[in-house]
Amino acid sequence: MFKYIIRRLIQTIPVLIGVSLFVFSMMHLVPGDPAQIMAGESAPEQQVENIRERLGLNEPLHVQYLKYVTNAVQGDLGNSVRSGRDVSAEVGARFWVTVELAIYSTILAVFIGLIAGVISATKKYTISDTFIMLIALFGLSMPNFWLGLMLIQWFAIGFDLPGWIPFIEKTSWFKPSGWGSFQQVVLPVITLGTGSAAIIARMTRSSMLDVINQDYIRTARAKGVKERIVIYRHALKNALIPVVTVVGLQFGGLLGGAAITESVFAINGMGKLVIDAIAARDFPIVQGTILVIALLFVFVNLFVDITYRFLNKRIDLD
Amino acid sequence: MRAVTEENILEIKNLQTSFYTRDFEVKAVDDVTFSIPRQKTLGIVGESGSGKSITSLSILRLIESPGKIIGGEILFKGKNLLGKSEAAMRKIRGNEISMIFQEPMTSLNPTMTIGQQISEAYKIHQGLQKKAATKHAIEMLKLVGIPSPEKRVKQYPFELSGGMRQRVMIAMALACNPDLLIADEPTTALDVTIQAQILELIKDLQSRLGMGVLLITHDLGVVAETCDYVAVMYCGQVVEYADKRSLFKDPKHPYTVGLMRSIPTHDRDLEGDLAVIKGTVPSPDEIPSGCRFAPRCSYATELCKSKLPDLQTYNDVNQIRCWIYSDEWDGDSEVNLHAESESTT
Amino acid sequence: MQNQKVLLKVTNLKQYFPIKGGILGRTVNHVKAVDDISFKVYEGETLSIVGESGCGKSTTGRAILRLDEPSGGQVEFRGEDLLSFSKKKMNAIRKEMQIIFQDPYASINPRQTVRQILTEALEIQNVVPKKERGNRVIELLETVGLGTHQADRMPHVFSGGQRQRIGIARALSVNPKLIVADEAVSALDVSIQAQVINLLTKLQREFKLTYIFISHDLGVVRHISDRIIVMYVGKIVEIADKKSLFENPKHPYTRALLSAIPSTDIDNRPQRIILKGDVPSPIDPPKGCRFHTRCPFATELCRQEEPSLRQTNLMLDGHKAACHHIEEIEAGTHQPSPLTVS
Repeated sequence: MFKYIIRRLIQTIPVLIGVSLFVFSMMHLVPGDPAQIMAGESAPEQQVENIRERLGLNEPLHVQYLKYVTNAVQGDLGNSVRSGRDVSAEVGARFWVTVELAIYSTILAVFIGLIAGVISATKKYTISDTFIMLIALFGLSMPNFWLGLMLIQWFAIGFDLPGWIPFIEKTSWFKPSGWGSFQQVVLPVITLGTGSAAIIARMTRSSMLDVINQDYIRTARAKGVKERIVIYRHALKNALIPVVTVVGLQFGGLLGGAAITESVFAINGMGKLVIDAIAARDFPIVQGTILVIALLFVFVNLFVDITYRFLNKRIDLD
Repeated sequence: MRAVTEENILEIKNLQTSFYTRDFEVKAVDDVTFSIPRQKTLGIVGESGSGKSITSLSILRLIESPGKIIGGEILFKGKNLLGKSEAAMRKIRGNEISMIFQEPMTSLNPTMTIGQQISEAYKIHQGLQKKAATKHAIEMLKLVGIPSPEKRVKQYPFELSGGMRQRVMIAMALACNPDLLIADEPTTALDVTIQAQILELIKDLQSRLGMGVLLITHDLGVVAETCDYVAVMYCGQVVEYADKRSLFKDPKHPYTVGLMRSIPTHDRDLEGDLAVIKGTVPSPDEIPSGCRFAPRCSYATELCKSKLPDLQTYNDVNQIRCWIYSDEWDGDSEVNLHAESESTT
Repeated sequence: MQNQKVLLKVTNLKQYFPIKGGILGRTVNHVKAVDDISFKVYEGETLSIVGESGCGKSTTGRAILRLDEPSGGQVEFRGEDLLSFSKKKMNAIRKEMQIIFQDPYASINPRQTVRQILTEALEIQNVVPKKERGNRVIELLETVGLGTHQADRMPHVFSGGQRQRIGIARALSVNPKLIVADEAVSALDVSIQAQVINLLTKLQREFKLTYIFISHDLGVVRHISDRIIVMYVGKIVEIADKKSLFENPKHPYTRALLSAIPSTDIDNRPQRIILKGDVPSPIDPPKGCRFHTRCPFATELCRQEEPSLRQTNLMLDGHKAACHHIEEIEAGTHQPSPLTVS
């Protein structure tokens, strides 16, 4: 196992180089002069030249890249063109917000997805199965921004409910913006987690159905094991093996998907930072944020692969 | 037919198990009757589709939808298993009746250790704690001849060879000292030298633990080596039931005779072509209305084609389902089943 | 047999499959599935290769046809070295050498009718003029005992035995000289198995076919073969004509294998040799004789030195076994260790 982790860490090196190359070249792949774009079309020549100077755009490409990488390794991702502030500090301040959002959403998605999937599989072709799968289909099809807006409408702004419903006057239980308190966290997490919950539910269902027909499940029943234990002890662990991979991919997807949710709920996370930066053509911020998200993605995948190996002892052979 | 007595560990009477497809009912097991005397081995022989595995799953009531046991009795120690609640059945499974399956590679849970899987039976049926259960599991592994059992209990199935896994299956099945062991093609997936080891082990443990064994196989050689009684199944029915000697020395049913003759054996040379049973097993939606074997039988008469013969008893114990042995027989009065019949391709 | 024409000559055939591993995924070891075997196949005979799973019998069959590229050795077909052939030339010669698999369903396209399957086979090798192909398909179906009315059915409506007949018809379609039958009857029920075996022997007589019959079922092998090769962990341990092999086996492994087969003869029980332990892995085969870990007769010599195939004066011509102790075992001067015999 230890050898495997080392090997996987070594394998991430080329990926990291690829990511840094991609992020670096972003600025140069944009048509036109990056300095001009950052400064704005009507900016005076001197200002453009300043930016060019500050970002070292006059130097040859490979020198620029090496500088970029050397600085990045030391935690220096440059300075924002707009505010002049340190990109690392800027990203760092919002890093945990996005990670928290993605983690909470993943937890929610896994929790609901697994339960729904298992129920669906054990009661296959019944009404509950059809119902759960129908909901999952809805969850999958709803765009994040729409779901977010609807949730804000229903649970944060609220309707004026008809007077005959007692006790409740307005359904404004949650807050429509910001991050931190419970009331602020609930709606964005639901918005972001719903799609993943649906995918996990569908995956768990098909994986479970496959496992339930395996010979060793029959062996367990022939041993006199209670049906509930057959499902949760004998079947679920095996069914989880393919699900874990999906969860990992979902988590990565949620990091990226957070941008929309953060915008809808006005959360100051990395997603919103990058969207704002794009709008402001603040390249260092965009580069820095994407680099951090990509790194996060790589390490989450590594973690997933290790978990996968832990669950599936069979592949831990070499 | 013998009376219901305590001398039989298992008696199956007129068992019927069907599977329901959208269009028709497949009578996988149709009016099956046989018994297993205490501490004896009964072999069920048949080709694929004969219903032998469904019969064995029916005994433990492990038939899953769309299958259903629709009639008959399964008397285990004189009590009908079909009348028991699901909870009562669970107390019997793996405790009083155990089962081992054909595929040792897939019949063990890949994410549980050998020890966990064996000790589970102790936990369920004897309420043992983890430590005591593991200790028993190690003893069982020792009993079935697995070297260094203390190490093996911590291993996962993929770390073991096919023969070792089948030993683990046997250890698991025998954990609670069952009165009846059902072995469904236990050696079919194994190599012949490993098969010899496993059959030897089952025989040895049977005599030591004093259990009845129901051995399901398609291999008449395995039956000859291990069983006391044999039931030959064809198309969901028992066509012949006899003690081993009678069956091999004087097979009565044309299907049994044909089966024995069509197997090339390694211990003698055969001249010319192999004898064959013409045609194929009928598909489940085209079961003949008369004797099921009639379309493939070279002795079949009008009677055979129109009416299903009953399973009748002779010599007190043995049974045969064939018109040739009844008073109503309308064919040649002297049928010589053992004459070399012409072979066809 | 020795005077007959050699159709196929296999010399020092090796088939190693690499195992990847380590931090950089390099080849760390090999599965030595077939490790330096040599034999000849004579025209018109049935040569069987028997052994337990992992002994390399199927790999040998595939290597001969270059379905997997062998790692070393020569395969001469009518004096020409197949391994030196270009891909194109190899494809051309494949119409002389066909293979039938264990599971015919897995090796035929489930979305084609029997007629399409056979016509396609005829097209690929282009041995029959286009307008005669229709008739040839009908002829083939009749040859393998399928009705012409079944020509337009899909494979899934056929039973296992009938599918195997389709597989045989496809192999026959190009008039081959050599057919490799890889466990061709193993998946069939006994009553159907007999029909297919009879068909194979009938076709051999009619078309003067040569068979390499790969099987683990020694009953079938005794019935169908002229000569038999016994393999164990990638090596040939014994090669003999049928009579010698079954009635006068010389290698302790062959003896154990034969004695382990359950017999339907309930009166004459031969003494059974139960081998202890499992077949060793072909990744790390034992040093010396590969059978020494399970052999009741094993000595220090067996553990050190690999025996070669040899004939003693007790054996008929063409009968060879790879054992250091053939003579002593025969004479009874070398006794087995008692634990292994029951």
